Amino acid sequence: MNETLHLEIVTPFGTVLDEPVQSCMLPGEQGAFQVLKNHASLVSNVDIGLIKVERESKNELFATSGGFCEVKDNVIRIIVESAEKAESIDAYRAQQAKERAEQRLQEDKSKVDAHRAELALKRAVNRLKAVEVIKKDH
Amino acid sequence: MATLREIRQRISSVKTTQQITKAMKMVAAAKMRRAQENILAIRPYANEINGLIHHIAESGEDKFENPLMQSRPVEKVLLVVVTADRGLCGAFNSNIIRTTESVFTKYSQNAEVELYTIGRKASEYFGKRAYPIYKQKAGIFHGLNFERALEISRDVVSAYQSSVFDRVIFIYNEFKSAIAQNLREEVFLPFVAEEPENTALRDYNEYIYEPDKQSILNALIPKHLNVQVWRILLESNAAEQGARMTAMDNATENAEEIKSKLTLYYNRARQAAITTEISEIVGGAEALKES
Repeated sequence: MNETLHLEIVTPFGTVLDEPVQSCMLPGEQGAFQVLKNHASLVSNVDIGLIKVERESKNELFATSGGFCEVKDNVIRIIVESAEKAESIDAYRAQQAKERAEQRLQEDKSKVDAHRAELALKRAVNRLKAVEVIKKDH
Repeated sequence: MATLREIRQRISSVKTTQQITKAMKMVAAAKMRRAQENILAIRPYANEINGLIHHIAESGEDKFENPLMQSRPVEKVLLVVVTADRGLCGAFNSNIIRTTESVFTKYSQNAEVELYTIGRKASEYFGKRAYPIYKQKAGIFHGLNFERALEISRDVVSAYQSSVFDRVIFIYNEFKSAIAQNLREEVFLPFVAEEPENTALRDYNEYIYEPDKQSILNALIPKHLNVQVWRILLESNAAEQGARMTAMDNATENAEEIKSKLTLYYNRARQAAITTEISEIVGGAEALKES
């Protein structure tokens, strides 16, 4: 057993975060949940949403497009297709992506395209939300 | 015999070519390094997902199934051929094309085969020769990004799910080192969980699965396939740059050799011209003296 809670965020583009934390809030498929020290071993889906990382010094916020997480022996491993730091999100681009997705949803050709547009919309809204949350904090 | 001026022109043209090949070599080397870094970056992610899938699918009392794991009798085959967009990289493209042709003939005996070409070279070659092409993608390697891999993965998976194809095979060059590529022929679908690298460390049975094993597996497999396609594109890209680097290095060396041969030839010809001139002058002077 580790003394402290350790968090790793792994994406196809490398490891985003790998350090000790106090707690971590994750967007599970059936609602958000928080992982604290000595959490039971767990494997869960991670939905499109925000990952909140709490540390002694500074809290951090990531927007993710979904994946998995694994908790074991005080190590949280988040395996997601993307995890963007809220500070580095380009609000303008996210806004544009949102409008594009909305437009595509209105045109709505086939089921597959509509589903994809919906997901794209969800991701864009999520990123905008991340930007808003950190704006409020500062 | 070539005149002095002609030889001089040839030397300077070889020199220009050499400059180009040298520059291409250096560009390829830089691109290769970047591509290599990308390959290293996906490894932890791919290992985690693969380990989890392998565990859920293969162990425990209850067996889990996923439509993408079920193999059907092979009646229609899709070959996904990954070549480069550009040439000048040695035998990189022709190796892939040659292998694809032989795989194509092998499967055509019992099944219907179609091609999904990635990279301009494959589209050009197979397009001209009336091969059945299911889909093609070109120009994706310049500014390669994950979205492209997702598109390909979605195309292939949905074709498999709707039984358009019963087997999907990728043919691509795997990056081994700057001078060597491995040609790979990989069955992509039906999906088989690979033996993960270090399972001894973890026992997955004591975990809580949220929502449950089956739905996690169902969500994991497409994610895994996405990252596999991404890996294949990165491997091929790194291998292409490696092959180009080696090819251009050879070309630079050849140019050097030709240049030194031509210089030798040029000097000899100059010497010969001078000698003839002198002997003509001497001859002329002798003739004058005699008269």
